[in-house]
Amino acid sequence: MSKQAETPFPPGALEREAEIADTRNRWLLSLPAIVIIVCAAAGPLLVMVVYSFLTPGDYGNVKWEFSLDGWTNTIVQRDIFDDTLIWADAHLSIFWRSFSLSLITTILTLIIGVPTAWFVATQPPGRREFWLFLVTVPFWTNLLVRTIAVQELIRSEGVINLILLKIGIIDAPIQMMFTDFAIGFGMTYVYLPLMVLPVYAAVDKLDFRLVEAAHDLYAGRWTAFRRVILPLIKPGIIAGSILVFVPCLGAYVTPRVLGGGKNLMFGNLIELQFGAGRNWPLGAALSLMLMTAVMVALIFYVRITSREQADG
Amino acid sequence: MKKLAITASALALAASGAFAQELNLYNWGNYTNPKLIEKFEAETGIKVTITDFDSNDTALAKVKAGGHGFDLVVPSHTYVPIWISEGLLMESRPDQMENFAKVDPQWVDVEWDPGRHYTVPWQWGTTGVVVNTKYYDGDINTSAIFLDPPDELKNKINVVPEMGDVMALAVMYHGGEPCSDDRELLKQVRDTLVEAKQHWLGMDYGNIEKFAKEDMWAGVNWNGSTFRMRLANENIAYGYPKEGYPVWMDSVAVLKDAQNVDEAKAFQNFIMDPENAAMISEFARYANGIKGSEAFMPEDMKTAPEIVIPEELKPAGVFNSTCPPATQALYTRIWTDLQK
Repeated sequence: MSKQAETPFPPGALEREAEIADTRNRWLLSLPAIVIIVCAAAGPLLVMVVYSFLTPGDYGNVKWEFSLDGWTNTIVQRDIFDDTLIWADAHLSIFWRSFSLSLITTILTLIIGVPTAWFVATQPPGRREFWLFLVTVPFWTNLLVRTIAVQELIRSEGVINLILLKIGIIDAPIQMMFTDFAIGFGMTYVYLPLMVLPVYAAVDKLDFRLVEAAHDLYAGRWTAFRRVILPLIKPGIIAGSILVFVPCLGAYVTPRVLGGGKNLMFGNLIELQFGAGRNWPLGAALSLMLMTAVMVALIFYVRITSREQADG
Repeated sequence: MKKLAITASALALAASGAFAQELNLYNWGNYTNPKLIEKFEAETGIKVTITDFDSNDTALAKVKAGGHGFDLVVPSHTYVPIWISEGLLMESRPDQMENFAKVDPQWVDVEWDPGRHYTVPWQWGTTGVVVNTKYYDGDINTSAIFLDPPDELKNKINVVPEMGDVMALAVMYHGGEPCSDDRELLKQVRDTLVEAKQHWLGMDYGNIEKFAKEDMWAGVNWNGSTFRMRLANENIAYGYPKEGYPVWMDSVAVLKDAQNVDEAKAFQNFIMDPENAAMISEFARYANGIKGSEAFMPEDMKTAPEIVIPEELKPAGVFNSTCPPATQALYTRIWTDLQK
């Protein structure tokens, strides 16, 4: 009798069995996550895709008739007066408004956020936590409440106008509410922490000996910043920019409250289609269009950062 | 074990008891008098929960989606036929209820619910213009206030983003009927709106405070809401556009999938009582449709210029109906163009 025959199993069988059990366990353990992803993300998304290819119902909802109108109407529409095919310039200009506002907000949060993050990261370790804590305080309050607070600051009889009037800089209140300034101000305030935190994480990891080395090699402050610091904290800046830019694209509450709702943002345009517009397929197509724009931005980000890593 | 069984049955009893005494009302925000609800709860022992909506479309979409748990809803008259044709309302037969005799005859055989088989009057009002007379002392009974604004009011105008009302005002300003699909006319309407919008400050709801504090000086608004503005700032006045203005009524209906049908019907009957109807008006400052409720109303309601329509401007008021889907689609396009 060979030694092998003594064991009831052929060689490697136990390991294989363990491997199979392991795979099975992994699947079982990740099942809740998979179910959640399918039910909470893929499922609704699929509904949106299906709805975008149907015909609008008379009073909301959809009729189960295939139609491409939802999609074509995002880009071109029949002119309601002479029936010619025209660019849906209303949709495009509303999209451009959301896009440019998101861009401006991202730039503003960069200008304010990077120095703030730098300041926090260069504090003595004990005090950093305190400053970080301060940065996160606004998150404790509901977005709407913060937006209303901004409104109290900038309204005609608001704090800023009252102070300016008191010290005699202006004679009459400045109209700040319901302007593009108000929207930009509010959005920058609301999204600033999303910029500060990732940039802080990057600055925190920065090896300051490299900066010293740059100075030793006769780099001025600006050159050291541009050639050494900026490339090193770039991943943080890009992550922060994405975190600010993406939610801005779909922002809804802040533009509505501070902008006075006179000009639609893309989020409001989508809401109109599901509400008074009663054109759910168009609404579904518009939101998928927005999602695609966000995805393109993210892919752009991934490609930039992966190239950085390859270069590094 | 026995103890456990007793506790369990007690709990079950309590639960079923609480369940039988509940009512869920789905109504416009800032529209229900808390005192009215207190009185209803004291008289019937039914616990009422109120949930707010901000537009007819929100309410319709939410109820259509299902799983809402509401028993009563308060749609505007233009939406009642949609609610009925979509099969969302229960035929609760208010016309066979005890207090139905109190309903003003002019609100019984209404176009949107002939004979009142589904709905009970809540409040009715008009959509017109609001002006702060401190800044403008010209004629305010015209839609020109917001469609061709005088220089004094430019950039201080707010138009409520209620598509149906604003479109109706603009269409009537150009001499059309509400829900008109005359392309020539609609082109003029769009051009007027787009041109006028440059002089508007905002398009927003819930502005009682902003008007009271004079952040806004003029605009499109509802009469009861303007009444509440005037109580906070005496310079505010309400105008009835002579070119035509919408008249509307919100009514209370029981939902087809209501859980608490008897309680919901009890509430419908309750608000047809003149004393209770007066409480509705006392809070939101609109007229109701119940005979004899005036006797219980505050004195200032009886003479308020926002409530008592001047005789010569009465004919300009139009009860608009539900626009056909094709017209609605046209209006949505114009509305999007306006806000692009």
